[in-house]
Amino acid sequence: MHAQLDVSGLHKVYEGSGRHVEAVRDLTFTVDAGELVCLVGPSGCGKTTLLKCMGGLLTPTAGEVLLGGRKVSGPPPGMAFVFQEYGRSLFPWMRVGENVELPLKQKDLSKARRRELVADALESVGLTEAAGAYPWQLSGGMQQRVAIARALAYEPEVLLMDEPFAAVDAQTRADLEDLVRGLWRERGITILFVTHDIDEAVYLGERVVVLSASPTVVQEQLKVDLPVERDQLHTRVSPRFAELRTHVYEQIQAAKRGTLPVQDRLTPSDTPPLR
Amino acid sequence: MRRALIRLLFVVALPAVLLSVWWLASDGSTNVFWPPLRTILRTFPDVWTAHRFTTDVVPSILRLTAGYATAAVVGVALGTVIGSYRRVRAVCEPVLEFLRAVPPPVLVPVIMLFAGIGDTMKIVVITSGCVWPVLLNTVEGVRAVDPVMKETALSYGITGAARLRTLVLRSASPQIFTGLRQALSIGIILMVISEMFAGTDGLGYTVVQFQRSFAVPDMWTGILVLGMLGFLLSVVFQVVERRVLGWYHGLRAAARRTP
Amino acid sequence: MRGLNTALGAAGLAAFLALGEVVPRVGIVKEAYFPPTSRIASAFWDELQDGAFWSALDDTLTGWALGLAIAVGAGIVVGVLLSVVPYLREATASTIEFLRPIPSVALIPLAVLLYGTELRSVLLLVVYASFWQILIQVLYGVQDVDPVAEETARSYGLGTWARVRHVLWPSALPYVMTGVRLAAAVALILTITAELVIGAPGLGATIMVAQTSQAVPEMYALIVVTGLLGLLINVGARTVERRALAWHQSVRGEVAV
Repeated sequence: MHAQLDVSGLHKVYEGSGRHVEAVRDLTFTVDAGELVCLVGPSGCGKTTLLKCMGGLLTPTAGEVLLGGRKVSGPPPGMAFVFQEYGRSLFPWMRVGENVELPLKQKDLSKARRRELVADALESVGLTEAAGAYPWQLSGGMQQRVAIARALAYEPEVLLMDEPFAAVDAQTRADLEDLVRGLWRERGITILFVTHDIDEAVYLGERVVVLSASPTVVQEQLKVDLPVERDQLHTRVSPRFAELRTHVYEQIQAAKRGTLPVQDRLTPSDTPPLR
Repeated sequence: MRRALIRLLFVVALPAVLLSVWWLASDGSTNVFWPPLRTILRTFPDVWTAHRFTTDVVPSILRLTAGYATAAVVGVALGTVIGSYRRVRAVCEPVLEFLRAVPPPVLVPVIMLFAGIGDTMKIVVITSGCVWPVLLNTVEGVRAVDPVMKETALSYGITGAARLRTLVLRSASPQIFTGLRQALSIGIILMVISEMFAGTDGLGYTVVQFQRSFAVPDMWTGILVLGMLGFLLSVVFQVVERRVLGWYHGLRAAARRTP
Repeated sequence: MRGLNTALGAAGLAAFLALGEVVPRVGIVKEAYFPPTSRIASAFWDELQDGAFWSALDDTLTGWALGLAIAVGAGIVVGVLLSVVPYLREATASTIEFLRPIPSVALIPLAVLLYGTELRSVLLLVVYASFWQILIQVLYGVQDVDPVAEETARSYGLGTWARVRHVLWPSALPYVMTGVRLAAAVALILTITAELVIGAPGLGATIMVAQTSQAVPEMYALIVVTGLLGLLINVGARTVERRALAWHQSVRGEVAV
């Protein structure tokens, strides 16, 4: 049995105008079907590069990404992308419904089926009423909901989210986090969620992959042993949550310094000791 | 109700004042070149009969439409190709900059050499003058397509014709319309002067004939007709633009509200 | 990267010129209609030695510069006046919307009757066409003035003139510069049109003479001159615009007029 998503030996170097920038050095990790994994790392650590390689938007210099056992070379149909820049990812000349429907038109679906998927996706994100509005008539958080609906309607096996909530205000952000967790539990899709926010990573993920500073390697993998049922009020004040976030925080600080704290070095998918 | 009345007053007041001033100042004028407005208006229905509309106005508009439409299609098509490929753009840019800078009216004598003085000449003149603003603005618009939108399209497998239709051309449409607008004024100029140069019918031809035969009030009615044509075309353009670019104006207004 | 682009551009230009040489030589188009590049170049060289050419160029430039200057001056004065005096903007809106799209070539017969081939004929067309470009941009620019800045100026008791000078004018300047650039191009088009159609002295009239006397290479050489002139005007106007606006960080979309 393959992992749903298998990244092995991924290496990416940007070449251009005589400059040679190594963004990702050597990344290996897997995501199982139906898992919700958060990738967290210091800012500028090549998270976006990694995600774009996985989404087939960039060709890696070395290494490969397998989706369901098949090598990714170009955007695979079983993957959907949610970008950070919601305002620039939705097409302003199309209404919300049309934006959600657009990717479906590339698939061989009947009109009725398309309509059904659009309505279902918009309902899932609570935007049924907004179908006829233009994206720029909505608030930032609502726009990002539309982008999520568009990804859901596409019925992907894997959903890649690139810092999707970095540009919305704190309260909206909490709502959107719960939305993502809800959708994950409801639909059983595999989600890979990239963020620079440690709390968000711990709150959302079943597993957190901590990345080093650029050139990027996997600093640590960590299983989040919080209950599946989570909510903003109680989960975030639980002692276990605090421990996990402190641990990830230390790892990130270490990553920024470029050292691995030896005593904390853990085997993949291990949990930090209780202190 | 009151506000609507005041707005209506603002719209009609000045034109009414100007027309009355013209009417009064020119009334009883004996200057051959400035006939009384009364005379001009009285001449109008005699000159612009239904017959003259079919023989002079319609051909002019048809030529303008043919030339303008060709320029729009060619300009957008070439502009999309040139705008999509960085290398092609680098090769073409200096030549295009030069061709755009040539004042379009000088094309009239050149194209007369090739195409004589018939309809073909006039349509080619209009096309070759109108194509540059459309082309260059399309290049700018296509080049400026947002990279995030491009990646979105790519990641959802929107490629080829669908990408062109739903992303590239839509995203470039504000610039394309800027080009079309500039092209429209150039097109009208070229329509009129190509008929003034050579021809047997058309608005430009008729107006110049009036001038040459010193039929001054008739000439004035011709100027009025040309003015109204320019105004009408501009209204039609604005209506189309509002429809097609409604999203763009809304987006800009939304961006201004929340900077 | 820049170097490569310049090289590609030069290659494109060279290919364009070579095409102009080859196409008539192999007979794709008749040489009588479209002389090869080399013959146009030699005609161009001959023109440069000719005093008549220089005086025609001088006439064209005079018509262009004078017309543009009048249009810019009038456009700015009228634009500011319409914006400052209460209700004037609203009262004139419909009139402007009606007069602006009237093609200035409609005035050609009137110009011929009134002024014949004098410079004033050229100026009538040039000023009419360029005036609107400036006026519209000034009006857009004033509309774009930050209401907060305007309020601040008002609350500090600045008079009308001071407000125009310190608030309105600096905010509208970027738009005015765009207007000047557009008007400069339009003014050249109308100058050449007047010379071609009316026969006012200048490059346009010279082109017409060359055409009627079948001096085809000379005609093309003169057309190239008008193109170069247009290019200089465009590049010059863009440079001035960029210089004048170096301080202005706002990103403006060009207003379509």
